[in-house]
Amino acid sequence: MSTASGASATGPQPRPADAGRRRFVNILLGTGLLASAASFLYPILRYLVPPKLPDLGGDAVLAASVSELKPNTAKTFRFGTRPGLLVETASGEYRAMSATCTHLGCTVQYRSDLRQIWCACHNGTYDLNGRNISGPPPRPLEAFEVQVRGDQIFVRRKQEA
Amino acid sequence: MASPATSVRAWFHERFPLDDLKALAQKKKVPLHRYSYWYFLGGMTLFLFGVQVLTGALLLMYYRPGADEAFESVQFIMTQVQFGWLIRSVHSWSANLLVFMAFAHLFSVLFLRSYRKPRELTWVSGVLLLFLMLGFGFSGYLLPWNTLSYFATKVGTEIPAQIPLIGRPVLLFLRGGEDITGSTLTRLYGFHVAILPALVTLLIGVHLALIQWFGMSVPPGVEKQWQAFPQQKKEIRFFPNFVLRELMAWYVALGLLGALAALFPWGLGVKADPFAPAPAGIKPEWYFLFMFQTLKLIPAKVLGMDGEMLGILAFGLIGAVALLLPFLDREKPFSTRRWITGLACVFLGYMAAMTVYGWVAK
Repeated sequence: MSTASGASATGPQPRPADAGRRRFVNILLGTGLLASAASFLYPILRYLVPPKLPDLGGDAVLAASVSELKPNTAKTFRFGTRPGLLVETASGEYRAMSATCTHLGCTVQYRSDLRQIWCACHNGTYDLNGRNISGPPPRPLEAFEVQVRGDQIFVRRKQEA
Repeated sequence: MASPATSVRAWFHERFPLDDLKALAQKKKVPLHRYSYWYFLGGMTLFLFGVQVLTGALLLMYYRPGADEAFESVQFIMTQVQFGWLIRSVHSWSANLLVFMAFAHLFSVLFLRSYRKPRELTWVSGVLLLFLMLGFGFSGYLLPWNTLSYFATKVGTEIPAQIPLIGRPVLLFLRGGEDITGSTLTRLYGFHVAILPALVTLLIGVHLALIQWFGMSVPPGVEKQWQAFPQQKKEIRFFPNFVLRELMAWYVALGLLGALAALFPWGLGVKADPFAPAPAGIKPEWYFLFMFQTLKLIPAKVLGMDGEMLGILAFGLIGAVALLLPFLDREKPFSTRRWITGLACVFLGYMAAMTVYGWVAK
């Protein structure tokens, strides 16, 4: 779009008095063009930034059936393209979270003996809320919402406020 | 010490014949006469195609083909992605204007008789491009997976199925099965984003190369006048004069597109439900309306033939005539020129009338 200034090169030689006016007009046109080009580009740049919502899926995933799990056990399930971990605590509560370790992306597991979530790769541990409590993990695991409908346990991403 | 720009230029100069290119650019001329404005239509079509490539690529960042996801992902683009509504709306508007421009370009070339020798193949490549553009429109229409597009695709794929012998295989090929399902969606998606773009890019290359090769056609009337009075002959340089005018037109078009997209954003409709009955008022895109309406009006039986089939054959014939038009324009044994212009006028009138009729008809 910057070719607009090239037009003046082919015209007749301006008189010195005209040169200033021509410069003025060129600046006017040039800044106008730049501004309008920016207004076209801005939406594109913003579009390329993904929205805060992490994924399309607000949809619930069937993680397990109630009969499948006993207290103090856990199950790994598919959550979209990533693994999720569904834990039934010793007191019978369900907790679900991402099973991807926040350290280097290994898949974590539930340790019945420790009653904690443990990552075998670098010995990181999380509590049953997904909070990182020891080892290298820098952040807690993303916690999911659990809904029990009949015998089925559904897990979905927490809706951000 | 040379500036970086100078040394980069010198680097290329040592390797490529830039002076030849420069000479070519300076030599290229565009005839200037009272019909010159029609020369912009082809360039405008090309520009809109560029807009389609760009916005299409952007839509691909979030779009997901699949019966469970397509509608939701377009909804996501339009409600969650920043400026997603704008990008999608521009894509839809530009698609429609592109088809309109391509038709306008075709008829202007036809009425100015620019297709005559030696430019027959330029015309043929152009008509093929128009067919491919209609294919883009048809395949793209289904991608949001809404009720309207679902049933339009159902009807649209049913039409070629009427052709004897090859009809059914064509239907199965287009649908990827017996019915319109997720398989149809992924199939048309593949056509829309891979096969058609590849073919169109290739053909645009051929089309432009031919235009460059033969130069701009001068309408016969103007050509005769210039031959009689050579001092009247006027040309402007392609670069920068014509290019700057074209760029200006493109920039205005871009602004117009943005305004249309913002003021009349494209709706999404209701998600397609294959098990629900077709709602009233199912229509294809406007550029298929004249065919759709014709097929609706033809009686079931005409002279013992299947009416539907007759309509399809007629449109097939018109397409073939359009494609081979330059070869039908001849002086011997009689001049067909007036016939071509007359029939083109009739067809244009028919298209316009049927489109309006289809638009207002229930």
